[in-house]
Amino acid sequence: MANSPLSEGIVGGRLGPDQLAENFGDLHPRLGDHEALVAADRCYFCHDAPCMTACPTDIDIPLFIRQIATGTPEAAARTILNQNILGGMCARVCPTETLCEEVCVREVAEGKPVEIGRLQRYATDTLMQAGVHPFERAAATGKRVAVVGAGPAGLAAAHRLAMHGHEVTVFDARAKAGGLNEFGIATYKSVDDFAAQEVDWLLKIGGIAIETGKALGDDLTLEALKADYDAVFLGIGLGGVNALGVEGEDKAGVLDAVDFIEDLRQASDMADVPIGRDVVVIGGGMTAVDAAVQAKLLGALNVSLVYRRGRERMNASAFEQDLAASKGVRIITNASPKAVIGNGTVREIEFEYTDDDLKPTGQTVRLAADQVFKAIGQTLEGADLPEIERGKIQVGDAGRTSVAGVWAGGDCASGGDDLTVTAVAEGRDAAEDIHAALSA
Amino acid sequence: MANLQSNFVGIKSPNPFWLASAPPTDKEYNVRRAFEAGWGGVVWKTLGEQGPPVVNVNGPRYGAIYGADRRLLGLNNIELITDRPLEINLQEIKAVKRDYPDRAVVVSLMVPCEEEAWKAILPLVEETGADGIELNFGCPHGMAERGMGAAVGQVPEYVEMVTRWCKANTRMPVIVKLTPNITNVLNPAMAAMNGGADAVSLINTINSITGVDLDVMAPMPTIDGKGTHGGYCGPAVKPIAMNMVAEIARNAETATLPISGIGGVTTWRDAAEFMALGAGNVQVCTAAMTYGFKIVEEMISGLSQWMDEKGHTSTADFVGMATPNVTDWQYLNLNHVTKAVINEDDCIKCGRCYAACEDTSHQAIEMTEDRVFKVKDDECVACNLCVNVCPVEGCITMRTLEPGEMDERTGQPVSGEYGNWLAHPNNPSAQAAE
Repeated sequence: MANSPLSEGIVGGRLGPDQLAENFGDLHPRLGDHEALVAADRCYFCHDAPCMTACPTDIDIPLFIRQIATGTPEAAARTILNQNILGGMCARVCPTETLCEEVCVREVAEGKPVEIGRLQRYATDTLMQAGVHPFERAAATGKRVAVVGAGPAGLAAAHRLAMHGHEVTVFDARAKAGGLNEFGIATYKSVDDFAAQEVDWLLKIGGIAIETGKALGDDLTLEALKADYDAVFLGIGLGGVNALGVEGEDKAGVLDAVDFIEDLRQASDMADVPIGRDVVVIGGGMTAVDAAVQAKLLGALNVSLVYRRGRERMNASAFEQDLAASKGVRIITNASPKAVIGNGTVREIEFEYTDDDLKPTGQTVRLAADQVFKAIGQTLEGADLPEIERGKIQVGDAGRTSVAGVWAGGDCASGGDDLTVTAVAEGRDAAEDIHAALSA
Repeated sequence: MANLQSNFVGIKSPNPFWLASAPPTDKEYNVRRAFEAGWGGVVWKTLGEQGPPVVNVNGPRYGAIYGADRRLLGLNNIELITDRPLEINLQEIKAVKRDYPDRAVVVSLMVPCEEEAWKAILPLVEETGADGIELNFGCPHGMAERGMGAAVGQVPEYVEMVTRWCKANTRMPVIVKLTPNITNVLNPAMAAMNGGADAVSLINTINSITGVDLDVMAPMPTIDGKGTHGGYCGPAVKPIAMNMVAEIARNAETATLPISGIGGVTTWRDAAEFMALGAGNVQVCTAAMTYGFKIVEEMISGLSQWMDEKGHTSTADFVGMATPNVTDWQYLNLNHVTKAVINEDDCIKCGRCYAACEDTSHQAIEMTEDRVFKVKDDECVACNLCVNVCPVEGCITMRTLEPGEMDERTGQPVSGEYGNWLAHPNNPSAQAAE
């Protein structure tokens, strides 16, 4: 008999194929031509625009929107990609509600910002679907740069370096390039294999070789890379996952949210991804929301997202919280995990109510759970890295590390905010600095 | 990227986008900002003769009309020529031209209608190193009351006379700026040509009142309870300006006269349209005053993309390409038959096409109870009103009937032959083809 949301345990196929297809369809489909013109028309072309200042990659937003308004989305795409080569993915995953759109003067004035993210997607999709790669390589410099990590930071650095004529080799531990774009983002934000397509498109610049299945530490050492290449950029992300540190954490059914998100992204059929009936996600960031929403979309009957502090302290934006709530996720705040209960397999999880300073109240609550996803942060992994500062590679201006000739950027580097768009900016800026150093 | 390099009557600029003579080009500070932003050239705001400068009103100088969402569509002004001392302007022009040798710097001039006045100012301008002069024969307010500006531009004999004085007294190219406040633009254009003008630029602003304050009962902008007509410009005047450009470009006697197109240029497309009608370059003011100098970036990227798509390698390639297709009504092909077609998938069922056609046109659209709108081919005269009022771009289109296809309205098959009014049987003076 077919499974349903009521089926006990962790099973696949709780929903039929049509429902799954609908649930995992594009969250915000591409604007039509007319919709794009109407949306673009709302932009006031502000002077020294707040949106542009809010963008970590400094995209000239008023200009690209005007270029859409005047019927040249291809020119708009060039404006975007000049600053952010992964502008296509950022248009899909950027928390615009806390970046450009939050400060849009029309958000401030009317509570309805110009739809910058969707307009960016309209422009970049137009150019990419036409198969146009708008950049050309400078003459070869003969310099070789190693990039470790084919995520947003590494790809942005590689592209900018290749554009300047350097020869780039990108190493990545996984079997596919893309990093979190490929493995770590909710499926409904990047449909139709967009992350892989974007990588293929980016590589059209030429001069970039990707070597997959190669992680720092195994047969790849920083020492050897430094010896073999003129410069090294580390964009290795955060490979480890924080533990709950509570009794019973090792019971079956207690999983890492990042693995679940990856399984979903790589699944050819959503019905093959098993999900519990009563799912509990622990954490308050984007990863927690991505896991909780998708658990619900797979057909879990009850999904609770439990965060130890108050709602306003959650890293997930208000938009993401509302999205979760609209999909039927119950958000429980001010509750810290105390124990995972069950006989070999999780059955319940106990929380203790805590105030915003995490002071325990002594009152506890138990939630039924046949599956628990941990989403309480990731950690840097790897030995022999440059100097570490608060768990990340310490970087100064333009991503310079404590080791000469080695730059770092993205989630693995100190100071960032763990956003795709920030990783792109850091990769790009490090590449410019590497280029300047190699040209000196 | 297409090469936007422009050469207008020997004046070179990196692109064909110049700022028109107006407030944005009144001072060195503004012009430097404009050049930094990427403008190809400027026509410096009109200089007057030596002596105490003109004064401006101290109340509002501008009035505007708006489209939806407070989009500025038309601007009117009662500002006069520069109110700064001549010497200061000349010093600044010299400094700017020295620092931006690749940009066009043309100086607009307006002095009394006496040869001595022109003889006096021309060497001073020449000394700045400016690339050319533009004669302001268009300013419709204030200066016209003093016998200058439009008061000269409206009298072809004066236009010719002053142009001749200038040509005789300077080596600089002379561009004559024409006023639209006349009945036939060809008269002043020909006068300028006869006077030896290197080019004309048009249009200057149009006499206008943008609004009436119904509490004060005075035209706006209102100064102490009174108002006066100002010069109208911006996107709203573009169709008027383009027609005047086309009239000069297609007229046999003036066809070789270079034209600098002015009037509501806001985007790359506006510029391309002016140039297709025969303008060698364009001048911009209101768009810069509305959005800032940065808009030139869109003009540059857009024109360049369009030129690449069309295979134009230089702006000269397409200047005047549309001119041969501007004709008189009597030469339009009356045997060309089109019918409106409503795309039901795109239709949002607002019914504006129905209201327009049923109330004000030819009752050629039918509406079902569930709001499906269809064109009645036997009534449709192809007037295009439904296309114009439809809020959805591309939803209603015009289909051209093939030769031999039945025109349901006339009951006649479409002729494949060209046939205009001159040979039409209803024309009493029709000439039978020999």
